[in-house]
Amino acid sequence: MAAFVVRRLLGAILMLFIVSIATFAIFFLVPRLGGATADDLASRYVGKSAGAAQIHQMAEKLGFTDPLPVQYGHFVTGLVAGTDYSTGPTTVHCPAPCFGYSFITQNPVLPDLLDRLPVTLSLAAGGATIWLVFGVATGVLSALRKGTVFDRAAMGVALAGVSLPIFFTGLLSLSIFSYTLGVAAPGNSYTPITENPLLWAYDLILPWFTLAFLYAAGYARLTRAGMLETMNEDFIRTARAKGLPERTVVVKHGLRAALTPIVTIFGLDLGLLLGGAVLTESTYSLPGLGKYAVDAIVNNDLPKVLGVTLIAAFFIVFANLIVDLLYAVIDPRVRVA
Amino acid sequence: MSDWWNPDTARPFLDVRDLRVRFTTDDGVVKSVDGLTCSLERGRTLGIVGESGSGKSVSSLAVMGLHRTATNASVSGEIWLDGEELVSADDEHVRRLRGKKMAMIFQDPLSAMHPYYTVGDQIIEAYRIHHQVTRRVARKHAVEMLGRVGIPRPNSRVDDYPHQFSGGMRQRAMIAMALSCDPELLIADEPTTALDVTVQAQILDLIRDLQREFGSAVVIITHDLGVVAELADDVLVMYAGRCVERGSAEAIFRSPAHPYTWGLLGSMPRLDRERSERLLPIRGTPPSLINVPGGCAFHPRCGYADLTGGASASEVPRLTEDQARHWVACHLGAGQRSRIWHDEIEPNL
Ligand SMILES: Nc1ncnc2c1ncn2[C@@H]1O[C@H](COP(=O)(O)OP(=O)(O)O)[C@@H](O)[C@H]1O
Ligand code: SF4
Ligand SMILES: [Mg+2]
Repeated sequence: MAAFVVRRLLGAILMLFIVSIATFAIFFLVPRLGGATADDLASRYVGKSAGAAQIHQMAEKLGFTDPLPVQYGHFVTGLVAGTDYSTGPTTVHCPAPCFGYSFITQNPVLPDLLDRLPVTLSLAAGGATIWLVFGVATGVLSALRKGTVFDRAAMGVALAGVSLPIFFTGLLSLSIFSYTLGVAAPGNSYTPITENPLLWAYDLILPWFTLAFLYAAGYARLTRAGMLETMNEDFIRTARAKGLPERTVVVKHGLRAALTPIVTIFGLDLGLLLGGAVLTESTYSLPGLGKYAVDAIVNNDLPKVLGVTLIAAFFIVFANLIVDLLYAVIDPRVRVA
Repeated sequence: MSDWWNPDTARPFLDVRDLRVRFTTDDGVVKSVDGLTCSLERGRTLGIVGESGSGKSVSSLAVMGLHRTATNASVSGEIWLDGEELVSADDEHVRRLRGKKMAMIFQDPLSAMHPYYTVGDQIIEAYRIHHQVTRRVARKHAVEMLGRVGIPRPNSRVDDYPHQFSGGMRQRAMIAMALSCDPELLIADEPTTALDVTVQAQILDLIRDLQREFGSAVVIITHDLGVVAELADDVLVMYAGRCVERGSAEAIFRSPAHPYTWGLLGSMPRLDRERSERLLPIRGTPPSLINVPGGCAFHPRCGYADLTGGASASEVPRLTEDQARHWVACHLGAGQRSRIWHDEIEPNL
């Protein structure tokens, strides 16, 4: 088991390197293959009126004139050991893990990321709790009442949930619950839970439910399919033959067996989401990692893009690892001796 | 209903009357059990035989009340267990009898046990539904039960998962689970079919020994007359959801009276014959229970249907007492069947 974990951890680190190289390459290599010079790249980060000399100076300052491997090496060194950056006249030390400085605002990236992480974390945790509870409960009830009005209605709503885009459900719920009824925050605000838990929830309630609606729909369908299958298993008949009450049969024997794929998907979804709930954060103007990523890409701000990509990749890889470990906990048949 | 005041002496321990089970499916109504009547006393073993698809499992699940959760099933008739009628009893009451008063073991012990819980946990659960005891007491009981069904080192095996057991050991564990509450009726549905031949005999021995020890009534369901010959006191032969012959095991094996039973005996492998000689299989396949052949359901496959002057195809034969405590449902006369058996069938088996 320990060897397995170590192997998977090494794999995870390797994976993060590959992601960083790929991001780097896309940012630099692709424009260069298209014929862009270092100065062409640098021209984005100076004022419109800047002359050629100014642009070249910027290119040197940002390191664009160095060969690509050197630039990448610089980045990785910064991550592992910290590095020095020259911001005009002075040199600043950036301690490890250094994600670099924004090309545009000259702010270090890491504090930005750490600032935004709690927003995304709050959004994901709240949304995930809601969708898990509603999705799984609806799925179980639908399976048990297969073919009834409840089942049809629930699956109809679920179909709407998976097909309606977030910006539609988001704007719709904003207009109903915030603008018309005034019972939820109009977006654009976030209060840390440490400051005021009630306000925190008030600000996030619409984003939570918008996000949860999308996911709950998928989980309801997945749970329903899984339950329909497991409730026909022989071991369910055995559980009933023992004289167990139906509720115990359904939850302890049926749901327990149907849970494996749900836990897997849940882990992966959560990992993906922690890297930034791009659409939800954009729709509600929440200052999370997703919105940060969008802004960074729009501005061609490589250090920010790299930083948020690495964080997202970290969560995905980490979630995969957790899911693999959970497998062994959930299903004794895959437990290695 | 004159015997209501003393059911114990008036009614057999298990008394099934005109049991019918139907399933509504997209293809039509499946008449899986169509008027089954049988009875069984404590300490005795009833063998139910018939080809696969003849309604044996559906009948036994009906006794256990296990069709109640299926929305497409309808059960009618009467099932009296120890003087209580179960078809009309409420769900909760039948649930309390399940596992305690009547228990069941199934064909494939691997799929019949939950893969995510240990064998011990599953036996403990079965015991604690019906007994208010601590986990520790129930666990001790589970270990003891595992020991009684012949599982070596039960103290450590109790914590194993079903997939860590061999097929035979799993079936032993299932038996331990079924017997954990000391049921008065045990139904074993093809308990050896999924097992290796060498293990089959051991499991049958175990069931016989345990029955002697526990004194329960046992229903053993099988498509294999060999199993019935080993264990049963009484035999019921089922075809297309109906009983076609019923009697003591001795009578059924010595003077079987129904053409279908002859077919089953003919398909029974015998060790003293060459493979090519020893099998006289029944021609054709069992009918669909959605469109059961009219008249005697067996008539399309029966070699003697022509001898009944058309009755076989038009009239359902009634189960009648041919000889004392030996019932047969066939339009042929008893004397005629007895002649056919002695002259044509028995010499060729
Ligand atoms: N839940 C069900 N729904 C529909 N048909 C069923 C169901 N269970 C059993 N049947 C049908 O009932 C018939 C008898 O089945 P069964 O009792 O399992 O036969 P066997 O004698 O082999 O145990 C079969 O034709 C089977 O297809
Ligand atoms: S009633 Fe006719 S078809 Fe049925 S078993 Fe007897 S002879 Fe054969
Ligand atoms: Mg069967």
